[in-house]
Amino acid sequence: MSESLEMITTSSDEGTLPLPEPLCREIYDKMLTIRRFEEAVLDIYTQGLMRGLAHLYIGQEASAVGICSALNDDDYLTSTHRGHGHLIAKGGKVDRMMAEMMGKVDGYNRGKGGTMHIADMSLGILGANGIVGGGMGMATGAALSGKMRGSGQVAVCFFGDGAINQGAFLESANLASIWSLPVLFVCENNHYGEYTAASDVTAVREHVAERAAGFDMPAVVVDGNDAVAVHQTAVEMVQRARTGEGPCLIENKTYRYRGHHVGDGDPEKTYRTQEETDTWLAKDPIPRFARRMLKAGMMDEAELESIDTTITKRVEDAVAFANESPYPEAGEVTDHVYA
Amino acid sequence: MSTPERVITYGEAVREAIAEEMRRDETVFFMGEDVAAAGGVFKVTVGLLDEFGEDRVRDTPISEAGIMGAGVGAALTGMRPIVEIMFGDFITIAMDQIVNQAAKMCYMTGGQASCALTVRTTIGAGRSSAAQHSQSLQAWLSHIPGVKVAIPSTPADLKGLLKTAIRDDNPTVIYEDKMMYGLKGPVPDDDDYTIPFGVADIKREGSDVTLVATSSMVHTALKAAGMLEKEGVSAEVVDPRTLSPLDMDTIIRSVEKTSRAVVVDEAYQSYGVTGELASRIADEAFDYLDAPVKRVGAMDVPVPFSPGLEPETIPDEAKLVRTVQGLFHDVAV
Repeated sequence: MSESLEMITTSSDEGTLPLPEPLCREIYDKMLTIRRFEEAVLDIYTQGLMRGLAHLYIGQEASAVGICSALNDDDYLTSTHRGHGHLIAKGGKVDRMMAEMMGKVDGYNRGKGGTMHIADMSLGILGANGIVGGGMGMATGAALSGKMRGSGQVAVCFFGDGAINQGAFLESANLASIWSLPVLFVCENNHYGEYTAASDVTAVREHVAERAAGFDMPAVVVDGNDAVAVHQTAVEMVQRARTGEGPCLIENKTYRYRGHHVGDGDPEKTYRTQEETDTWLAKDPIPRFARRMLKAGMMDEAELESIDTTITKRVEDAVAFANESPYPEAGEVTDHVYA
Repeated sequence: MSTPERVITYGEAVREAIAEEMRRDETVFFMGEDVAAAGGVFKVTVGLLDEFGEDRVRDTPISEAGIMGAGVGAALTGMRPIVEIMFGDFITIAMDQIVNQAAKMCYMTGGQASCALTVRTTIGAGRSSAAQHSQSLQAWLSHIPGVKVAIPSTPADLKGLLKTAIRDDNPTVIYEDKMMYGLKGPVPDDDDYTIPFGVADIKREGSDVTLVATSSMVHTALKAAGMLEKEGVSAEVVDPRTLSPLDMDTIIRSVEKTSRAVVVDEAYQSYGVTGELASRIADEAFDYLDAPVKRVGAMDVPVPFSPGLEPETIPDEAKLVRTVQGLFHDVAV
């Protein structure tokens, strides 16, 4: 087996924070924005202000932010049904996202997509996706496009542990590898595909990233609740992709603290244990990162609180913006079927 | 001033359309299984690799869903991919990428995204290729809002529609009848020759009955019209050329003139193109009709292998003539 097929398991030394302060501030801001945004989504959903399904990203923030903080504005991203975090991490505006949650005309998609389909083409966000594994081909094609145009752009394909068992993964990973495409396949292993434990339905020894070996691409298994480790991995893999060395598979081990979607019951009473959830709560990526910033002297408690206040207000404003935005006019229903 | 014409085959029309559009626009590229080095299983893309190189003419793995997905992604990000699905039967493997992704991207994103993806694939029985290489599944994607569908019957229509499809900012699917790749016909000698989608073509004028026919069935209908002429029945043959968008106006105007209509398409008759067209005619041209709208499609059986069985399942001119006769003489068909 060649060196490139070795699987690396990585996390960072909690006692250090080896990233520049402005980047750390951005990472913290984005992670907390995702957390507060998702809490607000939970709130509006519970109040009946949002319909459909709400798949919350709470607990996985370090994955989206660690990866996206290594990207350029014009790099591409495909997301999943649990996509709010990816969008915010790539620069999505919370007010337009919140308006889309409510199906309002000021939403990113003029209310036509909703939570599972938000896109911002100007930020390279090719869309969340309601089909498990649905974005894999798209990310591969975006990477092909970037390569053919010589633009240096890379594509990140976020997907969950469930999607690793879709045929789309095999086909896309193979294509990306034979053509050395600049795509990062990022598996966010939150250990459950809907209500089924990934370990029960996935034929791997320990890590889903083992599958990368079958596609002649490197794999990295990362502590997905460690924003520093995720970021450092992404920087290395993005650089590799940009210089023409091809795709990779990154497995961010993480956990969703909520259920599959809002209103589907208490996971700890059915398919997972309180003990397991508590173990992961102790590894919450946001306080973990905050502690490191405090220890590094980048912030004090007062500033952490003030940042939270600012972000909370920004999210409240987003909810107000969404509430005030009208539904689209009925005549819009036939707009945009064709470009 | 009329444009000079050349006679080329249906297959050459494919090659010329792709080559001209690739010369015209560097974002156009072509990929599929065996399309580059081998020039395609039907040899219609021979020479493209030599002219454009392997970056723009790509042999892919046998991964229909994967290459369709890559086509969607490339189309969303500034390229104009042409994806070949060797047999239309195999498009079933790539359905998610066309139906759930490509077709809906513009709408779901509120108009932010466009997906200039062109899919070429084949239809048609008659080669003893059996049940998984002979189907005519054009109704499947015609059912999906957001996709445009062309089903050309001649070299000129194929070339003009394929060029339009490649230039279109939407997902388009071209269904090529694999039995017609050797069919010859005149094509305007003009690099900018295109045919707009949504414009039907009257392939033969007539006054007593309208035969609405698609793809290879246009030729079947023309043969039937010749036979009917000997019986004193003047048949008009209308070729919709594109199923989505569909030019109902031309069909209705024809029925207004003839008062009778038969729809013929090579797909399974049930829940298909003939059903949709017959329903639309019955609904929108009811006042003009002197007889019920009839339809002729393939038998609702998997396409059989045996040369003794396969022809039984496909509509032919004899069946079409009998059906038309039934509209005039109450003949059992």
